[in-house]
Amino acid sequence: MERREFLKRAGATCIAVVGSALGAVWLHDSRSGAEYFRDSKSKKTKSLKSYRVNRMKGAVDMAIVRGKDPDKMMRAGLGEMGGIGSFVQKGDVVVIKPNVAFDRPPALGATTNPDVLKAVARLCQEAGARKIIVADNPINQPEGCFFKSGIQQAAEEVGAEVMLPRPSAFALTKIDGEVLSTWLMFYRPLEQATKVIGVAPCKDHNLCSASMTMKNWYGLLGGRRNQFHQQIHDVIADFSHMMKPTFVVLDATRVLMQNGPTGGRLSDVSEMNTLVIGTDMVAVDTYGYTLFGRDPDKLGYLRKAEARGLGSTKWKEQNWREVLAG
Amino acid sequence: MRITHIRLVSQIFFIGLFLFFTFITQFGYLKGYPVSLFLEADPLVAIATAITTHTLYRGLLWSLVILIPTFLLGRFFCNWICPYGTLHQFIGWLFDNRSVKERIESNRYRKVFALKYYILIGLLVAAVFGSLQIGLLDPICLFFRSVTVSVLPAIDMATGWIYVQPFVHQFAWLVGFLLFFFVSMNLVIPRFFCRVVCPLGATLGLLSRFSLWRIERDEKKCDSCNLCLQRCEGASDPHTALRKSECVVCFHCIDDCPHAALSFKMLPPLSHEVTLPDLNRRRAIFAGLTGLLFFPFSRSSGDLTKNFKKEIMRPPGAVAEPEFLERCVKCDQCIRVCPTNVLQPALFEAGVEGIWAPIMNMKMGYCELNCTLCGQTCPTGAIQKISIAQKLGLGEFAKLGLVRTGTAFFDRGRCLPWSMDTPCVVCQEVCPISPKAIFSREAEITNRWGKKVKLTRPYVDPTLCNGCGICEHECPVKDLRAIRVTAVGETRSQERSLLLK
Repeated sequence: MERREFLKRAGATCIAVVGSALGAVWLHDSRSGAEYFRDSKSKKTKSLKSYRVNRMKGAVDMAIVRGKDPDKMMRAGLGEMGGIGSFVQKGDVVVIKPNVAFDRPPALGATTNPDVLKAVARLCQEAGARKIIVADNPINQPEGCFFKSGIQQAAEEVGAEVMLPRPSAFALTKIDGEVLSTWLMFYRPLEQATKVIGVAPCKDHNLCSASMTMKNWYGLLGGRRNQFHQQIHDVIADFSHMMKPTFVVLDATRVLMQNGPTGGRLSDVSEMNTLVIGTDMVAVDTYGYTLFGRDPDKLGYLRKAEARGLGSTKWKEQNWREVLAG
Repeated sequence: MRITHIRLVSQIFFIGLFLFFTFITQFGYLKGYPVSLFLEADPLVAIATAITTHTLYRGLLWSLVILIPTFLLGRFFCNWICPYGTLHQFIGWLFDNRSVKERIESNRYRKVFALKYYILIGLLVAAVFGSLQIGLLDPICLFFRSVTVSVLPAIDMATGWIYVQPFVHQFAWLVGFLLFFFVSMNLVIPRFFCRVVCPLGATLGLLSRFSLWRIERDEKKCDSCNLCLQRCEGASDPHTALRKSECVVCFHCIDDCPHAALSFKMLPPLSHEVTLPDLNRRRAIFAGLTGLLFFPFSRSSGDLTKNFKKEIMRPPGAVAEPEFLERCVKCDQCIRVCPTNVLQPALFEAGVEGIWAPIMNMKMGYCELNCTLCGQTCPTGAIQKISIAQKLGLGEFAKLGLVRTGTAFFDRGRCLPWSMDTPCVVCQEVCPISPKAIFSREAEITNRWGKKVKLTRPYVDPTLCNGCGICEHECPVKDLRAIRVTAVGETRSQERSLLLK
């Protein structure tokens, strides 16, 4: 055998031997079972920042607006609170979070009124928002819900981007609540967000009595949401800890008085022609609960949130206004 | 421009159109596109459902568009339009490693090609008795089904381009395997499916006997070089007496003949060809016997009557089960268009006759209340085109009442507030009916630690429940749900009704 051939072949064998030995050592995992599970538990989680803005001393923090034209109502209400400019500035990326949970037409009051959504979006655009994202994780099928509720069309009319809850859009997020520590969240809309506005319908709810601005954030969560019902009032209070929005709108243009949260008959709906805009979700929901003719002192999640310092039920003692608009 | 080039453009157009339709048969893309067109134009679907139902359902009138030209030109559909045929031809061509001589041998007629006629006879005899099974092997039904159940989910896994939330289909592996099997058989026998199995090809082959235009060989010019067999798609022996029932009008023989001995002529002498397929009479009778016995053997298994399977909840608008099995061609268009993934291709849940027909599986999805897409796409009326008003029993349909696909029942031993002292009622929350078909009663119990706990305990109101299954789908007891929907109470069947009124 020639030396060259010997070197070539012996060399190749050497490389194979050394290579497999090195590869095996490099890949080797000698962890104990306890270590293995401990390591897999500490997955990367996202955090949520606060989307609140600084408010001037003495500013009006809640506006109750009566009227028939959502556009005029939003302008009038926000006007009392310092104008849209005190919340949204030039270059902001605004996420508007409506309730698009069910495949219902708007008249059935189970989803956010598309005209209210458009009114909020237009105001943000006037304030110079760079981009508006409309996002929700519905309970019924996403495409059908966005279309049938009229939210898809409304977003297209104002040039807002609709984000659908694809699996890749979710990420494990720190909640740090009393019940929820981390949870899978529809995170992609928030990645670029500088301001977040919740626009929630005012609905009767079979379990927690009423679904309003605090409960609205349920629609940003994914995974096994059907477990929340086991401790629903604590979980809703956790929502108001998890999300600190720029402001919220309680869409009481139509109120779902019974058979909520899904409704299904026009007779379930009462046209109340009211919007409640506020920076304190607990305050807004306290007022909203009275629209059902019910006593806010009896609503569990309001008491729990107030006890945890997440807001105040005593909106009457704070700076609020009632306005009649168009 | 050769005729074979024009044919190729036609094939590419139609397979592109077919795949386009499979892609857009989905909420959001559907708009007004005629996505069922291939199925409606499929002559076998039309003929077989005409045999079982004595009617031609709505859009199936389109089958005349294929049928009439077949009477003029022969089996042109197989090589000019059929997307499945194009797929087989393409794969066979792509992986062809034969020499010219080997190709010639591979395209000679074989006795096994008679099998597709025996298959057709068996299927049609079964149809006469009321069991429609042509959908198992009809190329359009098979191809649409395979794309829906296996191919699109595979594409979505790689790209995310198809669904918002990924769909899964039970036994997708089997459907995918069969597609792969038939396609890969092209490496053994070219156009294996088309030549050996296809019942539509067999139908069109039988009808070719009436066609005006046929391949004609000029014996004076022909020197028996056999080069016309190089690319003969139908293996129809153009080098001797053309087997008209096998000729798929690909025009390759005319292209390849070095002596211009072949032409496509109107009404050439029939003495130069073999018009009818080469069938053995006794074997044909045997095939018929198979079809004949299939019916009593499968029906007497009792799956439609005494041993009806509670899992077979059919989509809303589905006709009663015996008629359903006369109409469903297992194309799975309904499964494709269903927005929630609740419709699944059955295996044996509905008996052997119901393979790949749609059933609802509430673990995978539920029936969206304001949706009737399945009936909109069904080409044969197995699922009727009902309006939302009819589905919900509104307006003019109030007297008729709503369409029930089943009824929900609580399994109290598994339900959190019933047996585990834990609050829940997700089922009641998501029930879309108003007033809700799930109502509740408050109960105050003392838990094991002596604490008084208030629990909301749910009940089903069977007069209101439409069997949509969203309660079962959302129930947190994920292994075996604490509320489950079964087919009992479905309005399409008097036999399975629950309440008297």
